[in-house]
Amino acid sequence: MDRHRAALARAALLAVPVAFVAVFFAYPVATIVGRGLWPDGHLDLEPLGKVATDAELREVVWFTLWQAALSTVLTVLVALPGAYVLARYDFPGRRLLWAAVTVPFVLPTVVVGSAFRGLLEDDGPLGALGLEQSLAAILIAHVFFNYAVVVRTVGGLWSHLDPRQEEAARVLGASRWQAFRAVTLPALRPAIAAAASIVFLFTFTSFGVILILGGPRYATLETEIYRQTVDLLNLPLAAALAIVQVLAVVALLLVSARAQGRRAEALRLRAAGEVVRRPEGPRQRALLAANLGVMALLLGVPLAVLVERSFSVPGGYGLGAYRELGEVRRGTSLFVPPVEAIRNSLVFAAVATVIAVTVGALAAFALAARGRDRSPRATGRGVEMLLMLPLGVSAVTVGFGFLVALDEPPLDLRGSAALIPIAHALVAVPFVVRVMTPVLRAIDDGLRESAAVLGASPARVWREVDLPIVARAALVAAGFAFAISLGEFGATIFIARPDYPTLPVVIFRLLGQPGALNFGAAMAASTILMALTAIAIFAIERFRVGTVGEF
Amino acid sequence: MRRAAVTVVLATLGLASTLLSACGSGGGDGNTLTLVTHDSFAVSDDVFAEFTEQTGVEVEVLPSGDAGAAINQVILTKDDPLGDVFFGLDNTFLTRATEEGVFARYESPELAAVPDQYELDPRHRVTPIDRGDVCINYDKAYFADNGLPVPQTLDDLTRPEYRGLLVTENPATSSPGLAFLLATVAQFGEDGWRDYWERLRANDVQVVAGWEEAYNGEFSAGEGQGDQPLVVSYASSPPAAVFFSDPQPAESPIGTVLASCFNQIEFAGVLEGTDNERAARELVDFMLSERFQEDIPLNMFVFPVRDGVLLPDVFVQFAEVPPEPLTLDPDEIGDNRDRWIEEWTDTVLR
Repeated sequence: MDRHRAALARAALLAVPVAFVAVFFAYPVATIVGRGLWPDGHLDLEPLGKVATDAELREVVWFTLWQAALSTVLTVLVALPGAYVLARYDFPGRRLLWAAVTVPFVLPTVVVGSAFRGLLEDDGPLGALGLEQSLAAILIAHVFFNYAVVVRTVGGLWSHLDPRQEEAARVLGASRWQAFRAVTLPALRPAIAAAASIVFLFTFTSFGVILILGGPRYATLETEIYRQTVDLLNLPLAAALAIVQVLAVVALLLVSARAQGRRAEALRLRAAGEVVRRPEGPRQRALLAANLGVMALLLGVPLAVLVERSFSVPGGYGLGAYRELGEVRRGTSLFVPPVEAIRNSLVFAAVATVIAVTVGALAAFALAARGRDRSPRATGRGVEMLLMLPLGVSAVTVGFGFLVALDEPPLDLRGSAALIPIAHALVAVPFVVRVMTPVLRAIDDGLRESAAVLGASPARVWREVDLPIVARAALVAAGFAFAISLGEFGATIFIARPDYPTLPVVIFRLLGQPGALNFGAAMAASTILMALTAIAIFAIERFRVGTVGEF
Repeated sequence: MRRAAVTVVLATLGLASTLLSACGSGGGDGNTLTLVTHDSFAVSDDVFAEFTEQTGVEVEVLPSGDAGAAINQVILTKDDPLGDVFFGLDNTFLTRATEEGVFARYESPELAAVPDQYELDPRHRVTPIDRGDVCINYDKAYFADNGLPVPQTLDDLTRPEYRGLLVTENPATSSPGLAFLLATVAQFGEDGWRDYWERLRANDVQVVAGWEEAYNGEFSAGEGQGDQPLVVSYASSPPAAVFFSDPQPAESPIGTVLASCFNQIEFAGVLEGTDNERAARELVDFMLSERFQEDIPLNMFVFPVRDGVLLPDVFVQFAEVPPEPLTLDPDEIGDNRDRWIEEWTDTVLR
């Protein structure tokens, strides 16, 4: 193929995602950071110096980094076996479970915090462990929230890996572990690195978990930026901290790019239906049982606490809390019919998903194409990083940035509800890119070439070879984007917007007032949010495309 | 593939533009006023409808995060205001906003019906709308069951029989937490409050991030059935606990330690630079009218500032009003707030 034309096509593909992130992320963040650095029109570097020299702030930066690193390692270790059994073993309810593991991911921290506290407080079931307000509580919650990221990102690729390669290694005398290390692990490396970098960014910018489960003694860059911006209105120091945050994220992404390998190897990908099989023998069944046990304990128990609370009424169980969701008490406008909140949530999620998948898929195509021909890698790397940055930058910085930057036509978006799906999409795009790129890169060129040699037109090669696998990956990515939008609360809270309350907003408002009815209704709304998430993801992924339509 | 991409891009742009035009952007035109406020703002649907009927002007509400985030957004956008009126500034943050020059002066004629003690801004940049008290609430059942007398003063809380019974919020992240810190400053003075907190700390006071965690999580009469029978909350929590129960109990399960209360007053103001100053002033007047003031208690669980407004039964029966709540001059709060929070953190958390 004409290399010049290929480069042009790539540039065209990249233009949309780059423009999207530049306008809705880089420009607002640069504007608000600029205000902090140039307070009276001249550059003031003193706050940056303060971050570098102040012992307390250095401690905050250090804690932010190591708790995120530790959380990431733990999440990967706990979730990798889970990804394996969900990708490889066929058992009843597997598909539902694949959708259900995503549920924790969408729950507002304040709700999950209440479930964890119920378990961890002194007279709770796990009270004896003494984990209330501790680092351990933070770490467990981080694993709980991010389990799905690893399972789905890595499992998505694993379910298409041809098991015959590992089997061949075994036949040649390799032990199970050797075969895994030599064959499977290298193949999964890009997906693991992708998932790990997302988990790192999420825990790096974690806010509610730190405050609610860690207690007031723990501070991270994210909580400190919030404090400096919202409580103290100290924009110069907030800007300095935001710069540190961006630098740390860029450094991490450079490391992660290394880990992903110089050039992803094309893998033999197979339809998931051909890969998955029933567990055989006691060993495999034990592995499956152990992982299902981990999921039940780690994800199931806290969620069950919430569901249980939603059905508890004075003196027993009942539907009182759900009825309360439909009850108008003295015509208060706090009241939003749940149907309306559900509709708002679904509409925002649908729009955010379309934006995120479009923007993310274009980027993924361009980035994957770059991996195939031998073109300069630097641009691609830069773009990949730019797209990841929104995950690693404080929601307060972005929200206040919107406010000061997007205030003139044609981008006078302040006070517009359109900012909500846009903000959600910013968070979702990195997922789409990270889920799709490894799969696209792994599509076997040999398959393409044979199809071309056999006389297929480029369009037909695309339709028959790429599309089925691409569509699979795009659906997994869409499921993620949808879930992110359904549960997103932190970023949008800082955007001035007309009131279209979503489910998380309704939950938050209910929890903001005393009384058994409010609390019960909040738990009921959380249960509805959980069910909605599982159903939506299940439905999205049942949507079959081509022959690889399973999983 | 490229053609597909182009189609998708066009579709997205189309979608985006429909969204933008559908949602519009706030403020500006003569028949709509934008009320910038915090996320806890609430009012009955038909109340603003009445304002529209009277004036022909519609009100669009723009919730903008918690009280701190909302006022900071207003300050950051003062050259190009987000809306026409702001509601939700309280006396603990009063001076930050008034000194930044974000509010236009306006003395509402309705102020005649408001007691002078609530008018904290002599230059009338902001107008008082509602008031409440941050107080320590107690779990009546706990104290009855254990035969323990209810603490009567702030000093009582440092006595051994109340060891580990109080949960409060971090003043750096929570508005009631800040109000309680100010209550101790008002009570013990600049020289005594740190010593008081040292004694509280020695008596195992628990600190959590926000009101939700304290009340729903740790408070024994809250919904999470926590361990602490004393919590920093509001004087309006006892009526709210009754109102949001089914069936409603004859007596509130919680009470208020009246000597611990700190007075909070919330203000509204016309934003400097609004292009609809006349209507904005009318909205401030309306917020002081009986119609709006009457609607406040059951929506936001605070009290109206206007004299002679009929309170709902549940407030009359179950709300104990502190006769002399603690208070501090807004200028003194403004000058010292950040330092006090810093010193509190050193005293209690490190």
